[in-house]
Amino acid sequence: MRARDWILMAICGLTGSVAAAAGVFYAVSFGWVGHNATAVSIGGPFTLVDDAGATVSEKTLAGKPYAIYFGYTFCPDICPTTLLDMSRWIKKLGPDAEKLNYVFVSIDPERDTPKLMHTYLSSFDPHIRGFTGTPEQVAKIAKEYRVYYKKIPTDDGGYVMDHSVVIYLMNANDKFVTIVPYQEDDASVLAKLKNLAAVTPTS
Amino acid sequence: MRSLFKLAVFAALIAGAPAALAQGNETSRIAVEQPWARATPAGAQTGVVYMTLNNKTNDADRLVAVSSDVAALVQVHEMAVVDGVMQMRQLTDGLPIPAGASVTLKPGSFHVMLIGLKRPLMPGETFPLTLTFAKAGNISVAIPVQAMGAMKDGKGSADHTGGMGNGGTGNMGMK
Repeated sequence: MRARDWILMAICGLTGSVAAAAGVFYAVSFGWVGHNATAVSIGGPFTLVDDAGATVSEKTLAGKPYAIYFGYTFCPDICPTTLLDMSRWIKKLGPDAEKLNYVFVSIDPERDTPKLMHTYLSSFDPHIRGFTGTPEQVAKIAKEYRVYYKKIPTDDGGYVMDHSVVIYLMNANDKFVTIVPYQEDDASVLAKLKNLAAVTPTS
Repeated sequence: MRSLFKLAVFAALIAGAPAALAQGNETSRIAVEQPWARATPAGAQTGVVYMTLNNKTNDADRLVAVSSDVAALVQVHEMAVVDGVMQMRQLTDGLPIPAGASVTLKPGSFHVMLIGLKRPLMPGETFPLTLTFAKAGNISVAIPVQAMGAMKDGKGSADHTGGMGNGGTGNMGMK
């Protein structure tokens, strides 16, 4: 085996974990997964704590379709921008906004206490609920939603987080419907949210 | 004789003062253009500052440190979204500013990250920031704070209508 092959193999190994997450992302974005989500299951039961300090689970969201996004309050750019986007969509939905739940799940539970989540979310639309939990609880829901996150150390002894920036749209029976990818235009997102709001729960 | 020497040193210092004060304006080696920061959500521990750094010399330079009295710590980061995953990296060796080139810090790309905010950044206010370059030295700039949804200098909300590109890795390769 030539040196070049070894290098290629090493690169493949290193990028494997990211590629796995990316694979799901692409499968979803190109519609291979589709509305039935038979090929890849996204979502599942969870136990977390909301920003008022109450224990929550998938049952808390039952009965309404929901938009769920994973991020962290220490995030300076994408997370506040996404939450602001979501706030704008909620406003544009008008009365339809009430037909959906909106959730921001922290993938940085060490820093994101319920109290901090509550304070942080006071800057956004009040429909958006903040969920956090123990590192194990967060790891479980992130795995179920195929959300990639990883702590990246900084030289001051602190850290930032790499994380998936996809919003998942789930129906009232906790089944995956579609995604809102990073920087999708408003018209397209609003069409998706209106479709989601129009679906009547089947059970 | 000795006091005459002291006087000469003093005179030299006075003469040199205007040059030192001129840092950050058009006589500086690096021009800091359209700096701005985003207002921060309640309780946020971090903030971001964006700007264009225009190296007007024939020498490559490097932004090596940033400080501000609004934050405990300031770092230069590169951010990119790769296959739906946001990746943020501290540029521990600084941000290279090639000779005669401009480097733009903007949403979805390079940014100055304020860590340990001492107070929220409110729209309409300005705060001081000091940039330290390897060759150009210290440049102090006043940073105006835009609305929380701002995506560029001066202009309001981020109404995504498809004009923002796909959040690439900026206009330079990562070191």
